[in-house]
Amino acid sequence: MRLEIKDLHVKYGNVGVLHGVNLTVEEGEIVTILGANGAGKSTTLMSISGLVKPSSGKIIFGGEDITKLKSHKIVERGVAQSPEGRRVFGTLTVDENLLLGGFTNFDANHKAKTREWIYHLFPILKERATQLAGTLSGGEQQMLAIARALMARPKILLLDEPSLGLAPILVKTIFETIREINETGVTVVLVEQNARAALKLAHRGYVLEVGKIVLEDSAETLLANPKVQNAYLGGG
Amino acid sequence: MEEFVQQLTNGLAVGSIYALIALGYTMVYGVLKLINFAHGDLFTLGAYLGLTLLTSFSLQDKMGPLAAVGLLAIMVMGLVALIGALLDRVAYKPLRDSPRLSAVVSALGASIFLQNTVMLIYGARFRVYPQDILPRTVIDFFGMPIPLMRILILLVSLAMMVALYTFIQKTRIGTAIRAAAIDQGAARLMGINVDRVILIVFMVGPALGGAAGLMVGLYYGQINFTMGWVYGLKAFTAAILGGIGNIPGAMLGGLLLGVMEALGAAYISIAWKDAIAFMVLILILIVRPKGILGERVAEKI
Repeated sequence: MRLEIKDLHVKYGNVGVLHGVNLTVEEGEIVTILGANGAGKSTTLMSISGLVKPSSGKIIFGGEDITKLKSHKIVERGVAQSPEGRRVFGTLTVDENLLLGGFTNFDANHKAKTREWIYHLFPILKERATQLAGTLSGGEQQMLAIARALMARPKILLLDEPSLGLAPILVKTIFETIREINETGVTVVLVEQNARAALKLAHRGYVLEVGKIVLEDSAETLLANPKVQNAYLGGG
Repeated sequence: MEEFVQQLTNGLAVGSIYALIALGYTMVYGVLKLINFAHGDLFTLGAYLGLTLLTSFSLQDKMGPLAAVGLLAIMVMGLVALIGALLDRVAYKPLRDSPRLSAVVSALGASIFLQNTVMLIYGARFRVYPQDILPRTVIDFFGMPIPLMRILILLVSLAMMVALYTFIQKTRIGTAIRAAAIDQGAARLMGINVDRVILIVFMVGPALGGAAGLMVGLYYGQINFTMGWVYGLKAFTAAILGGIGNIPGAMLGGLLLGVMEALGAAYISIAWKDAIAFMVLILILIVRPKGILGERVAEKI
């Protein structure tokens, strides 16, 4: 299912954060959104998930206008997010976190399968199932945050900074896993500071600057773009 | 020894009532970080609604006393739960995105409103529960006479607490409530309808508070429109004592406070009963600001 964002404006109080964002994600794609801190990447994802309500503009998913839907309805439509900073439920067990991830998924059979798949993707989570999520390491928490979002049976997975604060070796694992998830047919929107890794993984990318899309291209072209290299790839 | 056992059982009975009310404070605080100051008045409403239902239907004549009290409890809990939901809808929901202080002021206003409504409807005098509802049986406990009512209150309260604890720990909705208490935004991202979680919290808490009101009416026999203030304050103390936002903490805090109060009244001076309760609160806050079982520091309201 296609995700379309049309002329999205978001304000926090009187301060505008997004000033007319246009963005399209086709089914089966990995699309990355690059941008500096405060450019509005997370706000864009939070708007898709319905936690932030835009002042104008439309978000259309699979032909349906989801702009004004409540967040739980949006999850029911197949949009799941692993938010920035992981936000796992620290005083709940890993198992309970996964259960909550599947809160809108009533298909017990599917849940059991997803769980098996998750344990295959992240074997460590199986070992830690009865442990409190807050006692996991940063990398394990990130895995849990992604796994939790997968439990919702998403058609599209929004990932906000999945590599933040992780050791390079873990980043590699996480990105490989994202590719693996995508190969099962889940569309992925990836917000990343680690632009190089994100562009290597993604099919297409958008560059967000102060609340506006300034560049949009295939990932390869963006990687080769001198402007992108200077701003986001450390001079390439 | 007998005096000690008498005071201990009395303290446990009163403490379990505090605990039931404290659960309402702590659940709302857990999810909304709001002290629902009108909660004590929902407890009062429970006591008065119980009186009205009891006298207008004379239930105890139509069925056995235990069945009558059981039915009465269900009706009172149901009604107070509805009033709790209505209270949230009218006093708190419109302020959900406002600064927290606005909701606190609204809570104080709702408390005054409810208290005065009860006064206007029922009058300012003490009202008396019919004395013949439950038999005033006294049972023999190792040679010591203990009123059956005291034991019933303790057992029924404990049963309610176990039921609540199981609901919160073991069910899907209960887990959603815990998740919403930890991180509302993340809970929304899981597809949890947080508005519904809040509604449930505003029904379950008041239902328990209403049951506590009914128990006080049945136990002490007389009720007053201001009773919610003292009980509310004690239960709030109990919630802080156990660690606000923490459900087992509220249970433990209530029972502890009840016992300390009863023993203090017996062995120090009855005039110091309330002072002892609040001294305990101050000491706990100095030594362990999180409360006995609290995980996070209670924020100032």
